[in-house]
Amino acid sequence: MFAAFKWEAYFEAFPTILMAFTKTIGISLLALVLALILGVIFGLMSVSRSTVLRAINRVYVEMIQNVPLLLQVFVMYAVFPLIGIKLSTFLIGVIAIGIYHGAYISEVVRSGISSIPEGQFEAAKSQGFSYIQTMSLVILPQAISIIMPPLAVQAANLIKNTSIMALVAGGELMYATNSFANSTSYYGPAYVVAAILYFILCFPLSRLALHLEQNRGRRRVKRKEYYNPAMTEFDEDMKNAVAEEGVSTWESSSRG
Amino acid sequence: MGELFTWINIKFLLEGLVLTIFISAISILLSLVIGTVLALMRRSHNSILSAIATVYIEIFKNTPLLLWIMFIFFIVQLPPIPSAVAAFTVFTSASMGEIIRGGLAGVHRGQYEAMRSQGFSRIQGYWYIIQPQAMRNMVPALLSQAITTIKDTSFLWSAIAIQELMGRGMILMNQLNSTPQIFAIFGLVGLFYFIICFALSMGVRYYQKKYRLPGRVGL
Repeated sequence: MFAAFKWEAYFEAFPTILMAFTKTIGISLLALVLALILGVIFGLMSVSRSTVLRAINRVYVEMIQNVPLLLQVFVMYAVFPLIGIKLSTFLIGVIAIGIYHGAYISEVVRSGISSIPEGQFEAAKSQGFSYIQTMSLVILPQAISIIMPPLAVQAANLIKNTSIMALVAGGELMYATNSFANSTSYYGPAYVVAAILYFILCFPLSRLALHLEQNRGRRRVKRKEYYNPAMTEFDEDMKNAVAEEGVSTWESSSRG
Repeated sequence: MGELFTWINIKFLLEGLVLTIFISAISILLSLVIGTVLALMRRSHNSILSAIATVYIEIFKNTPLLLWIMFIFFIVQLPPIPSAVAAFTVFTSASMGEIIRGGLAGVHRGQYEAMRSQGFSRIQGYWYIIQPQAMRNMVPALLSQAITTIKDTSFLWSAIAIQELMGRGMILMNQLNSTPQIFAIFGLVGLFYFIICFALSMGVRYYQKKYRLPGRVGL
């Protein structure tokens, strides 16, 4: 299965695989940009006071999150041309994956903003801040430490999800791997190297998520210590627990 | 449109739906078991066990599921449905393991001390004291993971030709040539997925509301 001649054949074809890998990176980056834009816009809509805006956000999030990404890709790939919209697979990847993860990121942004105490909004308002000033100068800088870790997890999920473009002949890493494997039947090297390449992209992001998460725990504890010199034994215990375990990313990391 | 939504076609799709649910359910149950084992290994004081669990989780957390479906189908060479179940189980176990580890870590360590001081054995203590509290943290995330698994089974037709819901939809679609009918088929398949996943996500929301701990923000 992993005989040397298979590896030789694989490394002869490796330049094509690398080209496909750059396509994976390209789709991922552009889709991430789109997802961030949509995520922030819809995240802000979800905490707005307007019922209409909140309703639009709910419909977007529920529609997108509860239908498989592959189905959304197929709609763009197979149905859109019938009504005269012809997109390249690269663009389909960017748009479909961007919209899909935009829904997840908007939930991340929403939970980040809603974790900021009401008093902060009131304080900003009482100081005469406009909505945009309140959000950009007061709320988002505080929410960012809560938003960042699950955001990094989402970025990693997004990269992994670009692999489904292989199923519509997307020409990215997974597709190139499949077509090499199917044409030569040297499956071993192809899938092992593809796994390594995906790992190289995703591992730093999930490490980053963990790092941000744990740092946030520490910073918060320090601040508490500063304001609260008379620490009880319970606080001490909490501090140790937080420092050791970090705060779990489970909710955000599991979705998508 | 009439000749599209015949009982034969609907039944054809529903059979696909049953297979989708069957594959997801078995994978989710198996990965809950393996995930629990991984979480306990990761928390254990034995550094070899925890290293194995960490490496396992990192590998599967950072590589795409589709790759593992192909890997198991072509390299391990199981038949299609067992390949699918194996790939989903191996992959989802890593996520489940992380969720369960997070849930256990969220239980205050005083509870573990209390459990020991009251003379509970390890198993009793974990079952009667830790598990109910950890559940409160974990259930929403576990349900979300289940939703993800159900959605991801849609890869199986294009990847290894298993006729689950998505596959059945594609088969029907290939027999059609009018645009409205193709729209309708995609809409119907999407609706089936939506109903199941939306019901589960309502479950997540309900659980979060019902079991929200006072004074906890964010969740």
